[in-house]
Amino acid sequence: MILFGAGLLVTLVVAVVIAQFASTEPDGLEYVAGQEGFLETAQDHPLAESPLADYGGDSKSNLILSGVVGVLVTLGLGYLVFTVVKSDKTSAEG
Amino acid sequence: MHIPDGFIGPGISAAAGLTAIGGFAVALRKARDYLTDRLVPMAALVAAFVFAAQMVNFPVLPGMSGHLLGGVLAAVLVGPWAGCIVMSLVLIVQALLFADGGLSALGLNIVNMSLIGAVVGYLVYRVLFRLGGSRPAAVPVLAGLAAMISVPLAATGFVLEFGLGGTVESISIGSVFWAILGTHVLIGIGEGLITFVVVGAVMRSRPDLVYGSPTFGGTRSEELVS
Repeated sequence: MILFGAGLLVTLVVAVVIAQFASTEPDGLEYVAGQEGFLETAQDHPLAESPLADYGGDSKSNLILSGVVGVLVTLGLGYLVFTVVKSDKTSAEG
Repeated sequence: MHIPDGFIGPGISAAAGLTAIGGFAVALRKARDYLTDRLVPMAALVAAFVFAAQMVNFPVLPGMSGHLLGGVLAAVLVGPWAGCIVMSLVLIVQALLFADGGLSALGLNIVNMSLIGAVVGYLVYRVLFRLGGSRPAAVPVLAGLAAMISVPLAATGFVLEFGLGGTVESISIGSVFWAILGTHVLIGIGEGLITFVVVGAVMRSRPDLVYGSPTFGGTRSEELVS
């Protein structure tokens, strides 16, 4: 439980604080696509205009919103899926 | 490494979609064999952490960044099959909410970062772990090493898909291969360091929760490399 709390805190700090210092340069795939000449074949994502698109883009408030929403959604979805998936046996500790 | 819509044609994208669904189904069934109550919050937390860490692009070369994939990290912490589910869920959330990775490319991204990144990455980890004498003290370093190798492996998945279904005919696949390999070997160094630090931190506090370590206290699936 302590590990979970500490882990969640670290996760939120990464998503909300450290993410603000992330590099905005293209990633490896995008960089190579630009150099090799197939970057322009990329199509706009249907959600490209969403405030969450590209984790808020240049907007600091949308970046923070993206971090919080993304962490809570993945945590909640993960909890849901893994609760359904888990075996019926319980571990020794219960 | 998230592929947008348009890079790869519909045929290969659909084939990857079917492969991803098949792989996800196998992962669900295999994860059921070992995933106990105790591992549920841990697995959900690993998913949230991988999402968060993927937001943090680090500089790699002038004009180029990279970010953690997290496949080996997830697989060493919660096992290859739950790790595969973790990566798939993160990729689904990124494509559906954050416009990161194309919708038609979701299968391609799951094949590369979940099936290759987590499951094949864990296989690499197991081989290294056996070669390294199966010592708990070596878990963080070997997880980092496997993570480092997993990035060019996942990137090679992209090159294969691009070779089979790339939408631009005139591009030399050999040239794309070397460029992708070179950049992702460098990104892999960051992947390895982050994985080493995070697995090391969990090993120090709760070694019984690290699936890929002999100190793991829970149920285990049949190992991919025994």
